[in-house]
Parts: sequence; structure tokens; C-alpha cells
Amino acid sequence: MEKLRYERPLIKRMEGEMPNKFGSKSENKPLTHIDGVAVKELLSEYGSPLFVLSEKTIRNTFRRAHKAFSMRYPKMQFAWSYKTNYLDAVCSIYHQEGAWAEVVSGFEYDKALSIGVDGKHIIFNGPDKTAEDLEKAIQNDSLIHIDHLDELYTIIELIEKLEKRPRVAIRVNMDTGVYPIWDRFGFNYENGQAWDALNKIMASGKMDLVGLHCHIGTYMLSTKAYGIAAAKLTDLALGLRRRYNHEIKYIDLGGGFPSRNTLKGAYLPALDTSPSFEDFAEAISSALLNAEYPPDSLPLLILETGRALVDEAGFLLGTVISNKRSSTGKRTTIVDIGINLLFTSFWYEHKISPAQEFSSYTEETTMYGPLCMNIDVIRESAMMPLLNKGDHFVIHHVGAYNMTQWMQFITLRPNVVLIDIDGNTHVIRRNETMSEFKNMEHLPEHLKNFEL
Amino acid sequence: MKIRSNIAVSASGLIFNPDTGESFTVNPMGAEIISFLKEGLGQEKISLQITQKYNVEPSAFEKDFEDFMGLLRNYTLLDDE
Repeated sequence: MEKLRYERPLIKRMEGEMPNKFGSKSENKPLTHIDGVAVKELLSEYGSPLFVLSEKTIRNTFRRAHKAFSMRYPKMQFAWSYKTNYLDAVCSIYHQEGAWAEVVSGFEYDKALSIGVDGKHIIFNGPDKTAEDLEKAIQNDSLIHIDHLDELYTIIELIEKLEKRPRVAIRVNMDTGVYPIWDRFGFNYENGQAWDALNKIMASGKMDLVGLHCHIGTYMLSTKAYGIAAAKLTDLALGLRRRYNHEIKYIDLGGGFPSRNTLKGAYLPALDTSPSFEDFAEAISSALLNAEYPPDSLPLLILETGRALVDEAGFLLGTVISNKRSSTGKRTTIVDIGINLLFTSFWYEHKISPAQEFSSYTEETTMYGPLCMNIDVIRESAMMPLLNKGDHFVIHHVGAYNMTQWMQFITLRPNVVLIDIDGNTHVIRRNETMSEFKNMEHLPEHLKNFEL
Repeated sequence: MKIRSNIAVSASGLIFNPDTGESFTVNPMGAEIISFLKEGLGQEKISLQITQKYNVEPSAFEKDFEDFMGLLRNYTLLDDE
């Protein structure tokens, strides 16, 4: 006779507290399949832990976002933010959907070129562009977003050497009513730095000033801030028209739209607080359309949205290592995913679902990673079902930043699998091996022998 | 290692401690173990019953059982003779 499924015993004291206004909604609905593929089979085939990306979700989210903006504003263009997730397969999906590349380092620039992005469609942001990087970008006719005057002067020097006319924009920081102000990128609007840089560029006569850019923050919950940013960049654009009779081709409002992950300490879940693409599109398009651009010369609107486009498409699958109790008697569970893989657990309360059916009983649980570090906590407190050693679970919304900011600490990084539109699985980044790491090291001859 | 005699246990897994006025809920596995304890069964016999009926290794059950007993003791539901 087949034995019954075991669930460990649980006893809970009934507390006579007032219920909160959100009721007792459980987040423990199991997620047994992703795009029709069984989580159990994915882990069995590719190992645990495992990153899984859904091509369907990537494309659907992109199309939803594009529709929200293109319905409200006639000229818009997304540029895929490489730093959010620069796996070749992920970038290629966005490029297939029509997004340009937005890079912030020479490494990312070369990565975009390597998968076939035309230099003309690469936006080069970031504060650290070496002379070599800039030379490459000028030769490839990329869009160079100047961050500081030292970069501007390097470009002017290179122009003389290369005898080419680069296409440039300046990065502008500003007060959008959201604090602290992100004033580290580019030139300040309010104190005149931005105009100073624009005047220097126009006076040089050696480059094509094609755009104005800003990156006002990250995980922005205010749509109004984007309206203010669009209005301030528009003020600069119209000022250039008045003063130099020069027309700006595009306004680039950077990234910063939030995803559906709930921030630590947030009162309400992100689902209730994050504005939709439509909300942002409404604020931005209104600011641009209501400005005094002649109707036939509206600037192209560029967005470098990363997090909001890819976060929901990423899943991190893992396995329970053990259950323990803390010194205070609180339930703790150790899993094989730590902060080395889930960097975003520092600021998100990631949703975690069991990957198999459980009863409705739950326990307040601290989820610890496997690292030998006290800070390795992926959820300080989550109502989890009665997980046992070997049980599987799925962490949601991990597509942004985790596959670029992950750390190789005491272990090797795992496979990353893409589920395509037809439900086929592809390893898009294979797991690391010890020999790869050993190959980067060199042991000096005099250290090769020792006796213990 | 028995449930104290004045502790009321309902069939649906509701537990009431008249000494403290506290109430508890248990899941079905917890209720099953408590019923064995009320019958006076010891750990070995309970482990045998559970591992024969459910898909769990004796070593894994032993760990969970001890944890559960620790909670029962903490909630002063056990008769510690």
C-alpha cells in the first residue's frame, strides 16, 4: 500500500489580536509549473538552485509597455538596459522586439556589439568611459551620453585625432520632487551646469548634439517626477532652439520604473503601490505633448526601462536543506539559495512559493541561505507551509539585477535556463566549473609545496 | 510523556488549557500524535505507527517529533512526571 504524504506536526497558539486590514491572504499557493514546464523536472534536469527565465513573459511585458507609450505619444523607442540583465539571450529577445542597447561600460558596449547590435543603436551612458571606449563609440557612431566635463574634453581631443563628428547628448540631473535627489549623474539643471555643458558643446561646433538624457532614480513610485523631468529637459530643448536654432532629436528619460516586488519596510504590497506603464506613459506624454514643440518636430522619446520589463520574467528555483529553531524558538529554514544569488533580497521581500502541494497550515519562518555568513537571510519573516528537507520552492520576480550582480562566494554560479515560447528549455548560461576558476589563478612556484 | 489530564482536545484539533486559558490549533499530524500521547504511547511506538502509515524516514520523524514535544512542553501541555 502506498504511504500517505507526510507533513510535520504543527501546534500554534491562538492569538486574540485584531486582524489587520489585509486579512490573512496566503502567499503559499504552490507554483508547480512555469510556462507549462514542471518545476520538479527543471530542477531534476538542470540542478538546484536554478535561474529560469520566461521568454513569453519578457515579450508580453515589453509589448504591454510599448503599447502603453506608443498609444499616447507618436515617437517612442525603448533601449534595453544591459546592466539589468546582460545575458546574450535576454538582450537578443529585447533587440528582436525592437529595443536599442543602453550600456554603461566598455564591457557592456562590447557585449552589445558581440551579439550583433549596430553601433548606431547603442546608447553609451555611465560615468566611466575610457578614452578607448569613447574612441570606439565615436568610430561606431554610437550615442554618447556625456556624464562630466572631463569626458567632454576627452571627446574633443578624440575628435581632432579621429576627424569624426560624434553624436552626443548630455546627462542632466535635477530636482523632480523625489528625495534624495540623484545628482551624481551628469550636469545639474537648477544650478546652470547643464546649460554650461550645452554651451560648451555648441561652441565647439565639432559634435552633433542630438539628445538630452536624465536618470532620476530607481524604483520610482511617483509618475509626477517623470512629468517634471520631461518638462525640465523640454525647457533645455526649447532653449537650444531659441538660442542656437538647434533642434534636439530625442529626450531620454532613462529608467527607474518599479517592478512588482515589494520593498522591505513597505506598508503596502508593490502590487498596490507600483504605478502601471499606462500611468507613467500618461504623465510623460502629457508633459511632452503640452510643451511648445512644433507639432512636426516632436522629439523621439527614449526609455531605458530595465527592472519593470524583466523582473517578472525571472524565477529562482531552490531546495530546502534543513529546518531548525532559533534561540527564541522561531522556525528557521535553510535553503540552497543565498544572497550570493539573490542580491535583491537586500531590499525586497521576495515572494516565495512552494513548488508542491501543501496543506493550508503555515508557520512564520526565517529563510536562511547556505552561506556561512550571518547576513545570509533571504526572508526575515515569511508565512511558509511546513517545508521539509528536499522540498522545492520558487522565488518570484528575480529577472532584474540578480544575474548581473550575483557573487561567486564560496560556491559556483548555477545554470540559467530560458523557457521559449513553445515551452522548450534552453541553457542560456551554463553553471560555472572549478577548472574555470582555477584557470584564472596562478600559484607562484615557491608556494607549491607545504607540509602539515 | 503524556498530555496533561485536564487538557481538552477536540476531534478537529482544537486544544484548550484551562489552567492558562490558552487555546491552540494543531494540524492533522499534530492531532494524531496528541491522540497517541493521550493513549499513553511512547516515542518508539508513535514513530512506528507514523512511519508505517506516512512517507517519512524514522530519523526525519524523530527530529520533527522532538521539536513538537519541545513545543508541547513549552506550552505546558505535558505531564512532566
